[in-house]
Amino acid sequence: MPTELLKEKPAARPRRGPGAPGRGYGGDGARPRGPESPVVAPLTAFIAVGAVLAAVAMLFVAFTTAYLARRQEAGWTPIALPAVLWLNTAVLLASSGTFEWARARLVRADPAGARHGLGWTAGLGAAFVIGQLAAWRQLAAQGVYLASNPHSSFFYLLTGAHGLHLLGGLVALAVVIVRAHRNRYTPAAHTGLAVCALYWHFMDALWLYLFALLFWL
Amino acid sequence: MSALERRPDERRAGTWMGVLILFILAAGFVSFVVAARIWWLPPLASRQGVITDQIFNAILIATAIAFVAVHAFLGIALIRYGAHGERRAAHWHEHLGAELTWTLVPAFGLVVLAILSEVVWAHVYSAPPRNAQVVEVVARQFDWHVRYPAPDGRFGRTDPKFRSTSNLFGEDPSDPVNKQNVVTTNDLHLVVNRPVAVRITAVDVIHSFFLPNFRVKQDAVPGRTVTIWFTPDRTGTYQIACAQLCGAGHYTMRGNVTVESQAAFDAWLRSQQKP
Amino acid sequence: MGAVAVREAAAAHEAHDESFIRHYIFSLDHKTIGKQYFWTTMFMGLVGGSLAMLMRRHLGWPEQGVLDPAQYLQAATMHGTVMIFFFLTVILTGAFGNFLIPLMIGARDMAYPFLNMMSFWTLVPGVLTILASFFAPDGPAGNGWTSYAPLAAVAKLSTGAQWGQTLWAIAILFVLISSLFGGLNFLTTIINMRARGLSMGRLPLTIWGIFITAILALLSFPVLMAALGMLILDRTAGTSFFVPPGLLVGGQLVRDRSGDALLWQHLFWFFGHPEVYILILTPMGIVSDVISTFARKPIFGYKAMVLSLAAIGFLSFLVWGHHMFVSGMHPLLGGAFMAATMIIAIPSAIKTFNWCTTLWQARIHFTTAMLFAIGFVSLFVTGGLSGIFLASAPVDIYLHDTYFVIAHFHFVMASAALFSIFAGTYYWFPKMFGRMMNETLGKIHFVATFLGIYATFFPMHFLGTMGNSRRLYSESFYPFLAKAPPIDVFISISAFVLGAAQIVFIVNVFYSLVRGPRAERNPWHANTLEWQADSPPPHGNWGPEEPVVYRWPYDYSVPGAAEDYIPQTMPAVPAGAPAGGEGE
Repeated sequence: MPTELLKEKPAARPRRGPGAPGRGYGGDGARPRGPESPVVAPLTAFIAVGAVLAAVAMLFVAFTTAYLARRQEAGWTPIALPAVLWLNTAVLLASSGTFEWARARLVRADPAGARHGLGWTAGLGAAFVIGQLAAWRQLAAQGVYLASNPHSSFFYLLTGAHGLHLLGGLVALAVVIVRAHRNRYTPAAHTGLAVCALYWHFMDALWLYLFALLFWL
Repeated sequence: MSALERRPDERRAGTWMGVLILFILAAGFVSFVVAARIWWLPPLASRQGVITDQIFNAILIATAIAFVAVHAFLGIALIRYGAHGERRAAHWHEHLGAELTWTLVPAFGLVVLAILSEVVWAHVYSAPPRNAQVVEVVARQFDWHVRYPAPDGRFGRTDPKFRSTSNLFGEDPSDPVNKQNVVTTNDLHLVVNRPVAVRITAVDVIHSFFLPNFRVKQDAVPGRTVTIWFTPDRTGTYQIACAQLCGAGHYTMRGNVTVESQAAFDAWLRSQQKP
Repeated sequence: MGAVAVREAAAAHEAHDESFIRHYIFSLDHKTIGKQYFWTTMFMGLVGGSLAMLMRRHLGWPEQGVLDPAQYLQAATMHGTVMIFFFLTVILTGAFGNFLIPLMIGARDMAYPFLNMMSFWTLVPGVLTILASFFAPDGPAGNGWTSYAPLAAVAKLSTGAQWGQTLWAIAILFVLISSLFGGLNFLTTIINMRARGLSMGRLPLTIWGIFITAILALLSFPVLMAALGMLILDRTAGTSFFVPPGLLVGGQLVRDRSGDALLWQHLFWFFGHPEVYILILTPMGIVSDVISTFARKPIFGYKAMVLSLAAIGFLSFLVWGHHMFVSGMHPLLGGAFMAATMIIAIPSAIKTFNWCTTLWQARIHFTTAMLFAIGFVSLFVTGGLSGIFLASAPVDIYLHDTYFVIAHFHFVMASAALFSIFAGTYYWFPKMFGRMMNETLGKIHFVATFLGIYATFFPMHFLGTMGNSRRLYSESFYPFLAKAPPIDVFISISAFVLGAAQIVFIVNVFYSLVRGPRAERNPWHANTLEWQADSPPPHGNWGPEEPVVYRWPYDYSVPGAAEDYIPQTMPAVPAGAPAGGEGE
């Protein structure tokens, strides 16, 4: 069949358009793709996590616009900042640090050190979640509840939504730790750990943003 | 019957399908002509409605041309190009000139319509004239409540904290002007040829203040008051409809509008004064 | 994580001795998941259609009181909700997207098969929740599919007060999460799993449509999720995100609430307008492919088609305010939204003209799939043109929330999307189930549906011009609508014909499933990759060799070629021959 195509008489002018061969619509020798190709997987995972983070960002963009619109209007009584939030912020920042440290250990071919760092990260992450719950308790003790006033509603809503996403990150981190213990990661190939770290740092940055938004911006 | 046949004759099917499309063209066109005599915009009774209707008609003509052109093209193509015999379809699939044409022609039409619409829009939402009569409307499941100023044109103080089922406007009882304000239910009186500014809000859910004959519609949103204005120019009685779902009784939410002379209006307002 | 998932997927392909549960219920195979979506959403379409019949039964003869006012609003609300969230959104991406993406791009499965399975099994609780809400005390939600606050946010003001509205919000949250899982998979799969040689510029337009849809879903669904979360809190926890101050509820003044009623509308329509295009971009792609195949002619203006898909996708985020022209937002904002709305009509016009031009000098085969694709073009034009009235803000003041709007979106979004679903079903049924559908029944189905849809929705324009608001239990309270009842009777009878025509479709599907002639690999002589796989494709789709792509998918009727189609897997020019040797 292909040879039949060859027998056509030469064109008066070259064929144009997307159907024409070799016009930038992908060569015939594009790089190999498919599930068998090990080169592709890291890119897939990063695109997937990038898409997740885009969706998470849109969720908080929606919350932010609602918050900023509401703050303009009457009846806005700010709540007092629970002091434990400072501690929580430090804990979460530290957890990002330990995550990066774990990755650096892995790259330097020290899997035991990496596992250690991951364990610290998970511990600090869990401590942050507990600290957030403590902040809620602190506010509740002052008589400030979810429905008390607009600011408290947004405080509980935003910290709650962030906390749920961080719990998701903890689940992913647990999977990474299990896999690290099974030596599934090598200094050269540790996509799972890398994308988990990306998500974790995003949660970290998101918290800094929300903290600033709720009390300073 | 499964796979595509090698030498089909699809021309008969093409004729049927083409005729079906041309039938849609004819039926669509004729139904608009018939509807324009029976089921059309209700009689106009305001000045701003004149330009709204003009834009409506301009869009109607533009869209009718597009509707007829596309369906005629489609019908003719279907009738002419049913597969038959050995001949193949033409093999062309790009033409810069054609593509630019049908990008720029609709773009031009849409820009013209957009500019016309923007001008009218700006006029509709401009500040009400100084001589406008002012009324306040509060919507509540499922009635329209209207408040008229005192003879000197003043409204008494209101505050939502005074609101109750017998005081929907939240009139401050300590303000004597409130005694001179007239409040009616489902009864809006307007003066012919005098602009009217309506301040609209609601006390429970969102309603929509819809005066079909005046081409006026404005959502009544609890928590905010929106002012619109228009000029009734034909005496008679009309209706207020609710155009936003507001609960099970939404369909019963009707008010009456009376457009009358200044003298008749003044007499009516005096008759409504609280004793 | 990703590498392992891919390895697991590859391993799954080799495990052929799967149990029944693994194979049919918790399957990881994209084709099985696609079929699960297909049957689930077809069932939901039937639910939504039955509700429409119930509404029309009432509206044709409101004096008979088949429904009471609350029941009517509940039927209307659930019709819209089921059709938009549980039928159109999900069948286009869930059923067609899942089934077609790996096949049309030459992959063995999705990038994340487990996530794909999770996507379906997140939809199921949503379906069960929305069905359960019919049996809630006070019945299901009845505040419109848009559920405007504060009507829907304050339980005592709502129809379906106790549970219905809350269950509605929960059910939609499930659908949105499920769609996000799906969209994530679609994006990564299309970007990364394409066959060798299949560049983005050679993708079939169906895949382009799904690709842009996935991006829109990823960016717009989280916004509605945020709004639904706040709505649930407002209803159950006493917060006041959408509940304004100074409300009278049950005769009592509510003092401690202070929110903004318009906030819900902004968030809802920021999701809602991209959602409209989520429902129409994939259909546009499907119709482009079907038209090109049966016209035996390349799609006209491929690049323009892709660019206009992308342009519509981008602009869809800038036009949400045209749903709110009379809501009391600032007039300057209204003016800006009107300008953006007029601009979005341009790419839509380009697409229509390109479909028409594709048919010129074609050699058309009038299969049922092609008839539905042509019907799509007609419906899309009709619906698109009525959209121009609504885009013009001053005209929209009058037409807003009247039956004119109902006519508009039923043509452009509902009917057109429905026709693409029918076209896609008739077209890909052989690939999905290995059997051909009955063409005679198909043509009866088409003619009855096409005429039925026009007869049902076209007269609604005239109810709109008369000023008939939507969601009215009865017009009898408004003297200016005295001439409306005959139109309503006509619409109701047409709707029953339309509904009856769908029985023909259901019979055809089940009859063909059992008795239809076996399908060959490529019954339509189409170029795209899925027709190079067996019908139905085996687990893993391809034999030992994955397909390699050499050309775009629209090489129909190439002069000098042996056949009037050249599949994408056919090498353009054998090695060593000079390039560009094909005649025009």
